[in-house]
Amino acid sequence: MSFALPRGCLILKTAPVPEQIPFVEYLQLAPTPHLVAHQCTSCGARFFDRRNACASCFGTSFEDASIATEGTVRSFTIVSFAAPGIPVPFVSAIIDCDGTSVRGNLTNVSADPEHVSLGMKVRLTTYTVGADEAGTEAVGFAFEPAA
Amino acid sequence: MASDDVWILGINMTKFGKHTDKDTVDLASQAAMAALADGGVTMADMGVIAAGCLMGQGGIAQMIQKQIGQTGIPAYNVSNACATGATALRVAYMSIKSGECDFGLAVGVEKLSGVGLLSGGSRKDDGKTWNRAGRYGAVAATDGRIGTDTMPGVFAQVGMEYAHKYGGADFALFAGISEKNHAHSTLNPLAAYQKRFTLDEIMNDMMIAYPNTRAMCSANCDGGAAAVLVSDAKLKTLSLEQQRRAVKISASILTSDPYQEACQVLPDVNTLTRRAAEQAYAKAGIGPEDLDLVELHDCFATAELVHYDNLMLCEPGGAADFFKSGATWRDGSMPVNVSGGLESKGHPIAATGIANVWEVCHHLRNEAGDRQIQGAKVGLAHVIGLGSACGIHILEKSGL
Repeated sequence: MSFALPRGCLILKTAPVPEQIPFVEYLQLAPTPHLVAHQCTSCGARFFDRRNACASCFGTSFEDASIATEGTVRSFTIVSFAAPGIPVPFVSAIIDCDGTSVRGNLTNVSADPEHVSLGMKVRLTTYTVGADEAGTEAVGFAFEPAA
Repeated sequence: MASDDVWILGINMTKFGKHTDKDTVDLASQAAMAALADGGVTMADMGVIAAGCLMGQGGIAQMIQKQIGQTGIPAYNVSNACATGATALRVAYMSIKSGECDFGLAVGVEKLSGVGLLSGGSRKDDGKTWNRAGRYGAVAATDGRIGTDTMPGVFAQVGMEYAHKYGGADFALFAGISEKNHAHSTLNPLAAYQKRFTLDEIMNDMMIAYPNTRAMCSANCDGGAAAVLVSDAKLKTLSLEQQRRAVKISASILTSDPYQEACQVLPDVNTLTRRAAEQAYAKAGIGPEDLDLVELHDCFATAELVHYDNLMLCEPGGAADFFKSGATWRDGSMPVNVSGGLESKGHPIAATGIANVWEVCHHLRNEAGDRQIQGAKVGLAHVIGLGSACGIHILEKSGL
């Protein structure tokens, strides 16, 4: 049995845009992806997790602070043995983002010591970690070589 | 006249390795009874017991008492990551220092054979719907997705951070540290592994977390260690032989990590070690130049390098050159980890902070056999527990 639509009725046959959520609360996807820290209003110490009081000065007032999306690799390791489900090898790095230290994986670079170096310039990027049964995508962050 | 000094009267470590026929209580009891016998005392003399078994179910102090003597004394169960043994030792030390008792027993034990990779965070997810959990509000485990929580990886980053800051350290240099410690272990019959490796063998071994290959990681194994402590006043009433073999605890220091900008993303094992070292040297009235040997926490080859600097064994920033000079080999000017270190002697976590004191005492008592550092009078034992806790003990030979 065929089913005809009335003339003039237009159906958009594109896939629904999946809902995206950040992998961690300190990643903000809009307007452009960036990390946000809880910054102590007294001493300026920055924390990616929630704190009851500032670990540096014990202040209890925090405000959001956007973290620079470009930085320098201050340390790294190339992990060959990891938890189940984590593809190896991968590069874990400590990145100095304009004075705030950030931890993350390096991406879009070969995971070998010939291609990763101390002091290399990197920038924040995002990728899809996976989707749950409802189709919601979790978006994670990593850093890639900048220029 | 008696001082308020505290001494190690008896001390023991079991063979480190695989003990399939013994559980943690057996190993702890074996070490404790041997330490009591070494000191020429019994459980009846003890005024306090402090014990730790990091991976255990808790209550290890009372379990030991049930095996070797229940006398009703205060029992402290301590847990402080890899500094657990040093913490137990310090609890006994403080009890004596406070005047509550004259004798104390400290015990650390662990069974880790075949445990495999130690990492920080892991969690189970049903995979059906994302749920935020933890203090980062993560929808799944962050380990491996936002950097690494694995111990070889974390400590690789600790070493590489030093390399970035000061230069001079590379894969071959880190591997060289492991070469030294494995070479040292051939003289230690209680070490889990007593095999010497060439630099090539170490660098071509299985890569775990660059630049740490398998040979550059601490060896998971089983083992126990125990120490009997005594007050100065009580020691003076004991036999001349007991007094002669007693080792003075010139400093017992425990620190935790003070806030540093980057400590939320990479544990700062440097600042708390440096502070503990400063306090220990001041307390003992001894400088790093006075040390005859050092047992430091080489949980990974990359960690040993930074602690040369943190313990002020070298010029600030000069750890790479210091190692290249050969100073830390057993025939060098500052022998480090002549036991073989955690990389070959092994690292049964809670036992480590007492086993390293045992090693130093062994030399100060001139009882270290083939690996004796001749004429050793002063030594330092250091541990780091990630989280973090740092324990440092400075030990001095008896003047008798």
